[in-house]
Amino acid sequence: MPTRPQKVYYFGTCLIDLCYPQAGMAGIELIQREGIEVIFPQQQSCCGQPAYNAGFPEETRKVARQQLKAFPHDYPIVVPSGSCGGMLKHHYPRLFANEPEAAEAQRFASRVIELTEFLVTVLDIKLEDRGQPIKVTWHSSCSALREMGVIEYSKSLIRQLQNVELIELQRERECCGFGGTFSVKQPDISSAMVSDKVSDIAQTGAARVLSGDCGCLMNIGGALEYRNIAIPAQHLAEFIWERTHG
Amino acid sequence: MASSVVVDFPKNFANALSNPQLRRNLRAAMDTLGMRRRAIFSDKDAFEALRAQGDAIRQRSLRQLPQLLEQLEKKCTENGIQVHWAETTTEASQICLSIIQSHHATRVIKGKSMVSEEMHLNHVLEEHGIEALETDLGEYIIQLDHETPSHIIVPAIHKNRDQIARLFHDKIPNTPYTEVVEELNAIARKVLREKFCAGEVGVSGVNFAVAETGTLCLVENEGNGRMCTTAPPVHIAVMGLEKVVERLTDVPPLLRLLTGSATGQLITTYFNMITSPRKSGEKDGPKEVHLVLLDNGRSKILADPELRQTLKCIRCGACLNHCPVYTRLGGHAYGYVYPGPIGSILTPQIEGLENAGAMASASTLCGACEEVCPVKIPITHILRRLRNESYSKTDSPNAVKGHGYKSNLAESLTWKGWALTNSAPWANVLNAKLLGLLGSQLTKLSKVELVKNWTQVRTMPKFASKSLHALAKEKGISDE
Repeated sequence: MPTRPQKVYYFGTCLIDLCYPQAGMAGIELIQREGIEVIFPQQQSCCGQPAYNAGFPEETRKVARQQLKAFPHDYPIVVPSGSCGGMLKHHYPRLFANEPEAAEAQRFASRVIELTEFLVTVLDIKLEDRGQPIKVTWHSSCSALREMGVIEYSKSLIRQLQNVELIELQRERECCGFGGTFSVKQPDISSAMVSDKVSDIAQTGAARVLSGDCGCLMNIGGALEYRNIAIPAQHLAEFIWERTHG
Repeated sequence: MASSVVVDFPKNFANALSNPQLRRNLRAAMDTLGMRRRAIFSDKDAFEALRAQGDAIRQRSLRQLPQLLEQLEKKCTENGIQVHWAETTTEASQICLSIIQSHHATRVIKGKSMVSEEMHLNHVLEEHGIEALETDLGEYIIQLDHETPSHIIVPAIHKNRDQIARLFHDKIPNTPYTEVVEELNAIARKVLREKFCAGEVGVSGVNFAVAETGTLCLVENEGNGRMCTTAPPVHIAVMGLEKVVERLTDVPPLLRLLTGSATGQLITTYFNMITSPRKSGEKDGPKEVHLVLLDNGRSKILADPELRQTLKCIRCGACLNHCPVYTRLGGHAYGYVYPGPIGSILTPQIEGLENAGAMASASTLCGACEEVCPVKIPITHILRRLRNESYSKTDSPNAVKGHGYKSNLAESLTWKGWALTNSAPWANVLNAKLLGLLGSQLTKLSKVELVKNWTQVRTMPKFASKSLHALAKEKGISDE
């Protein structure tokens, strides 16, 4: 088990900032409850992934430099997203490989840790479920699964919740079709993918679908709502906080 | 499809997606192939070790490609195989044509070869009155239906049994309708046997060419490859020049990776190693063997250390089988010879971004392809590189053909605006953040189109009344 830090930085992600601030706060509160001080630098903005994936590395660097500046001290940087976490941890070193900030980006990247990995491997968090029995299902985001490798940590947290039954999707490992700008640049393919994902979710009989990434949640949640399927899509941190605080 | 043909990607994609039969066929087939692959590579550590080896072999081969090709030519020539070099697909087809014509041949039998598809060889031969018959069962099926392969390994994978039954009944004279697989196989076998006997020239691809021995390796399951390379008096092997490996000992790990990744087989039913034409005293084998080495943009790709990784590909098709986009579109929608993830990085480099650049946008960058690639091609990195070069003109000699073709689009400008708002700390206002989400105004799409595209199957995202920045401040979370 890595050493327990006294303080951590929290990188909230732009999507959480804009659409899911409650999920972001839940992550902060889960960490605080374990006796760790959380610092939320107000100067933070976006990890830069939208521009990076669209093919605009120069614009990405401009935004990324702002993040390098906003998290100056040697604290872990906790990220409630596999996707933004993957960008900060795996793509920043590459993005700055031939830039003056190369070493700084390396150090920054080495401090980045996804929220559920942090809760499990660093804090060894123990959850006490206070909620009513519920069936949930889980969607693995591609970056959490393949870049960050944190899915087992996320699911282990769900399994700690005594009254929660986890029903797995038939195609848990398949992309939901969000892909950032892909969803609007290739609307037909994206629609086909999310429609299949929603059908998979519906067949589980779960009352809620959880994920660790708000991009997927926005996509899946929007598609569920469009089809009038009453299964809310929720960030895992918010779900855990709801069931364990008070 | 030739580069002069404009591919209407949006239309192709929409057509493929609205074909439920195609969607079902593909899903079933890809699931089966994926399951077989998982079964054969069930030991994850062993697979990782094997693919590290495969990656190293392919990297070593590409590092010394010019020398290896010279060595291959020398060895083949010593062994009696005639080597021909073609810079373009037209040259390669002409070489094949003149060999065939020099033998006054009009009946060519073909083993499966994606490079021959790249050359549009059948079409060229047909124009000169030469019948080129595909003998791989899948290739034979699609040739009957005047189609191109929809997958690089299983070319007729878009068709199901019923469709093939109907096709055989309609296209092969005196064929009663049957859906029994064994009977369908027997029908094709009967037709093909006669053709094998009558074939005057055999054409095949090459999976690996070994430089140290001058050996051409051919992987297949039906024996048709062996027929094409042994029955006719002349054998022409066509090969992309990246397929060379240094040593004979490089072949077993690559073969294992290829068959395991492609069809979940430990080894294929047939593995042919061709090192010379028939020697005196031998009773069978072609009297002439030719090797046509095709460049078609590959040496340019080789020059760039990142793009070069594209050429590591051993054409197993695993990236197609595991791609959520390919699984929904099938190969034809891509409009070019090589579909799926590998096609989406290879084709724009060969055909130019201005023609095929859109293929690079048909990916969520989910990484399922990289996870299974047996030689660790960084497909998502190369996709981002191609997206980048679509917008940026550069002086680099390694720039991808057609770079900067989208350089004056509004998208470039709006990303600059996005960068400005997200790098200025005072700009943490909702409207600025909105830009970063879906690329509202960031793509060339108007806001109306953007909303229309998103709401095809989804409700609009709801923006919170307070940002996390504001909430954190309100709750007294330290800003240090």
